[in-house]
Amino acid sequence: MRLPLLALLVSGPAHGYELKQALENLLGSAYPQPNVGQIYVTLGRLEKTGLIAGEDVEQSDRPNKRIYRITEAGRETVDAWFEESTGEPRVRDEFFMKLALAPHTGTANQITLINKQRRHYLNTMRDLSKLAAGEDRDNRVAHLLIEGAMLHLQADLDWLERCQEELE
Amino acid sequence: MNRDEPSGPILRAAGLVKTHRPEGGAPVHAVRGVDLRIERGEFVAVTGPSGAGKSTLLHLLGGLDRPDSGSLWIDGRQVDSFSEARWAVLRRNHIGIVFQFFNLVSNLSVADNVELPALLAGRSPRQARTDRAELLEELGLAGKENCTPGELSGGEQQRVALARALVNSPSLLLADEPAGSLDSKGTREVLRLLARFHQRGQTILLVTHDARMASAADRVISFFDGQVVDDAHLGGGRSRPEAGVADVLKLKG
Repeated sequence: MRLPLLALLVSGPAHGYELKQALENLLGSAYPQPNVGQIYVTLGRLEKTGLIAGEDVEQSDRPNKRIYRITEAGRETVDAWFEESTGEPRVRDEFFMKLALAPHTGTANQITLINKQRRHYLNTMRDLSKLAAGEDRDNRVAHLLIEGAMLHLQADLDWLERCQEELE
Repeated sequence: MNRDEPSGPILRAAGLVKTHRPEGGAPVHAVRGVDLRIERGEFVAVTGPSGAGKSTLLHLLGGLDRPDSGSLWIDGRQVDSFSEARWAVLRRNHIGIVFQFFNLVSNLSVADNVELPALLAGRSPRQARTDRAELLEELGLAGKENCTPGELSGGEQQRVALARALVNSPSLLLADEPAGSLDSKGTREVLRLLARFHQRGQTILLVTHDARMASAADRVISFFDGQVVDDAHLGGGRSRPEAGVADVLKLKG
């Protein structure tokens, strides 16, 4: 949450609620919605570390709102974020452990495990298809996010097939 | 003729076996004892790696290939002993088939490709025209009637093939890797159309190696090495339906 908020502030100062909305508009309904409390907490931490600076703005009919702008140090942090390459997505390590350890338990069966996991992935794939169908057609970023998730799942399913080939 | 009650399954197979015996090669046990039951209105996907025998299975179910042994009932009729001619009539009236490479008649117009099976089934030319126009409109192909298949994109050709398969309102639609030669846009389009016809009650059996396509079905049969290894109904009975999605969509940072 920290770096995305910081990156959003590069284009101009904003208050917490505006940032929440900007994130939602950008990523679409597919992305788990950030809650506003989490955003305020993160902004507070960013301010404490000097990456952003806050200023209270008086409002006539409502409590003051705090507008944040990015600092020079914040700007450098964002640039560094884009500069570094991103780590690979996690492997399904817990399932892999179950698969590897199943023969040691004497009760769990590897093929049963694979079938169960495949059902789970297929159901998730189905949920993703529904999300994609419900997402605004023009929100390309949101669709790319969903498509990325689907391709990862497809790879997981292909890998399950390999496991089945080897273990059956 | 052996008929089940009309409310029975649309398709039932028992002990289907098919071994390909290529000349000079080792025999390939493509289908090794398959029992299958498909109810009316179901959307079933058969999925598995290439070479698992799923296309052979579809060919057996559509009468395009004959089993070495086993029984098959379609719409209540036992069909495994049907002659080629009777299969042809059965397919014309009851089974629509869509293939990976469309299999349209290349020197006929789009309109003729779709009308031909309707005429062969005994529909009047006027009725065939009306049905064709309705389907092409529905599939977003209005205005393409006079094109030949070669003038269309892959996605459009597959939609023509879908119209041809559906023009006689078949009780069963068989689709063999229908998006296998399409780009991702064409794939989404085919999926959307299959889902739409399914919602209106079309029974569909889809063979695919693509999990994204398979997950559009209500039921996914995993086919492995000529056998059904899993048969799962999707969508029901999940304690936390969105949990999986939230997990895979979570970004770092």
